[in-house]
Amino acid sequence: MSGALFYITAFLYLAATFVFIAYLVSHKDVLVKAGWWVLFAGLCFHTLTLGARWFEGGRLPITNLHESLSFLSWISVLAYAVIVYKYGLKVIGAFVAPFAFVFIVVAFLVPADMEPLRPMLDTYWLSVHIALAVSGNAFFALAFIFGLLYLVQNRHLKTHKLGGLYFALPSLEVIDELNYRCLSYGFPLLTLGIISGALWSQALIGEYWMWKHRQVWSLITWFLYAALLHGRLIRGWRGKKSAVFSVAGFLVLLASTLIIYLLLGEGHGFFNVMEDVTR
Amino acid sequence: MNLILVGLNHKSAPVEIREKLSYDSESLSSSLKDLISNYGVSEGVILSTCNRVEIIGVVDDLTKGAWEIKKFMAESRSIAFDELEEHLYVHTGEDAVRHIFRVSCGLDSMVMGEPQILGQVKDAYAEAIHHKSAGVIINRLYHKAFNVAKKVRTETKIGASAVSISFAAVELARKIFQDLSGKRVMLVGAGEMAELAAKHLLNSGVEDIIVANRTLERAEKLAGEFGGKAVLFSDFASHLKDTDIVIASTASPKFIIKPDDLKSALKVRGAKPMFFIDISVPRNIDPRINDLDSVYLYDIDDLQEVIAANLKEREKEAAEAEKLILGEIDTFYTWVKSLDVVPTIVALRENLDKIRKNELEKALSQLNGLSEKDKKVIDSMTSAIVNKVMHRPVKHLKGNASGVDSDFFVAAVRKLFDLGDIKIENEAKEEDKEKVTS
Repeated sequence: MSGALFYITAFLYLAATFVFIAYLVSHKDVLVKAGWWVLFAGLCFHTLTLGARWFEGGRLPITNLHESLSFLSWISVLAYAVIVYKYGLKVIGAFVAPFAFVFIVVAFLVPADMEPLRPMLDTYWLSVHIALAVSGNAFFALAFIFGLLYLVQNRHLKTHKLGGLYFALPSLEVIDELNYRCLSYGFPLLTLGIISGALWSQALIGEYWMWKHRQVWSLITWFLYAALLHGRLIRGWRGKKSAVFSVAGFLVLLASTLIIYLLLGEGHGFFNVMEDVTR
Repeated sequence: MNLILVGLNHKSAPVEIREKLSYDSESLSSSLKDLISNYGVSEGVILSTCNRVEIIGVVDDLTKGAWEIKKFMAESRSIAFDELEEHLYVHTGEDAVRHIFRVSCGLDSMVMGEPQILGQVKDAYAEAIHHKSAGVIINRLYHKAFNVAKKVRTETKIGASAVSISFAAVELARKIFQDLSGKRVMLVGAGEMAELAAKHLLNSGVEDIIVANRTLERAEKLAGEFGGKAVLFSDFASHLKDTDIVIASTASPKFIIKPDDLKSALKVRGAKPMFFIDISVPRNIDPRINDLDSVYLYDIDDLQEVIAANLKEREKEAAEAEKLILGEIDTFYTWVKSLDVVPTIVALRENLDKIRKNELEKALSQLNGLSEKDKKVIDSMTSAIVNKVMHRPVKHLKGNASGVDSDFFVAAVRKLFDLGDIKIENEAKEEDKEKVTS
């Protein structure tokens, strides 16, 4: 059941991507509306997918990598729906749709089986920890998108070349505000993600902090975003600086997550530690 | 009933001819009456703007109608017929409809897609209504034209982008700032162009304007007009830190705003964007300030380039608009043709019904001992016969309403049943309906 729904979701995200591309090429207003509805339909099916998986697995569907990626994609599209509701900026979907689709595809590529969890992992802590961390990452991903869009629009306005995405994109001020909003949601979520991870580690292994790769890199990421938010709030950083920083921050986050996964597999290498401890 | 349009515009006639032919509001009323009563035009509209003069009329015969309207133009404005005629174009039937739609949409204007022309067309139509020179066809035609113009405006982007300096500036401001209502504008120098740009910004939500000018009186006058505040010219630099949009238009021969002047302002503002519009020649603002973060500078040439690009964009949209118009012409013309058909059907029915009632009366007076019920049966039988007889001819008339043979069928039915000419009452009724629905 969840499998079929998942395919429909992926298809709708892909379709929305194409509709939005058609909009960017033709500037027909009908297409941006159509794109929004297709993406929204995708969100509905995605929600059903998660619901079905929850029902089938009997636990929150955020335990393995497949589910985390799917959840990341879902949160991004959900945030987009909120942006459309509050700001009416349907055009942002042109950048959220391919993003959501790519994460769905990657989720397809990793094992999706609902293996029974090792008993020690079978707690709500796991889902809470992953949900917090993944939501934080989703907001940073959106901040990354807005950062890029800001740089593009800024370039159009600076060089006086008013073509390309210039007409489709909203004003610098609103892109900057959205960038800030995403950071201000992402940061507390990341913080709570790290804290919940530490608490969970204490509960399972008996140690809060072991300077593992994952922990070191999340700390680095945390400091990066803390510096960025500090700059924005205290030093009045805005616009270009903040945009460049959000792009760089997300690239670090993405690279570290990817490398850690490739090197250590799921659970950021904690499972081995746990096995050692419990043996 | 034929539609004809005779006129000239900025492409077909030089300004000397256009100004000679133009009708001002005073001469318009007598001219409209003259046109209707003396030149064989049953319905008429006179559109007179600085770029075009056009007369739209409903006439019986196109060749004669064209000649009469040309004669009317020459006589009413005292221009030699030959001098005028070489500049005139004539559109008839569907071509005339297309031309009126194109003009209303601004597709035939000097500045592609400009919206003022629609207002002028509306005024011309209102005059025609006022002087009772608009009948059923003109009414329908103009309502349709307004409808099409609205549709073109919403479905294409013909009027979406700015084609004047001041609108281009406002548009840019909207791509930098989301909401102009909380923003402060400073005019440095109070020239006419600056005034115009400021007006457009005010219309777009700006509420806070300060004016710095070398003569303080002029600054105060302008500030008063905008509900703003005048400041000493020597002080303008100190206000930069609170200003989001600067419009410079002084006669100064050298730069009055240089990167160094902005350093302190930018420090205070953090990275809040600043938008500088330099519409003076020679330029007032050092172009190097554009290299500063969060500072956006556009001079007059940059704005001209924006406009040129927008005009190109409008040309593209115009092609879409033309397509849309073609579709609308068909629906309108089908209606014009059916206009002849509807009164014919009505007349045919009235004619047959009269015969039926006469014969029914005669028959009933000769039959005795019929119950009320019997009489009713006979009555409905005669009605049924009339309906059955009418069924096929009506179907053919209606079915051919949009075809080439419509005129032939209408003429044949009228001749065969001696229905005479189309009655005026029917048109009047149609007209009332039009008013109610519009």
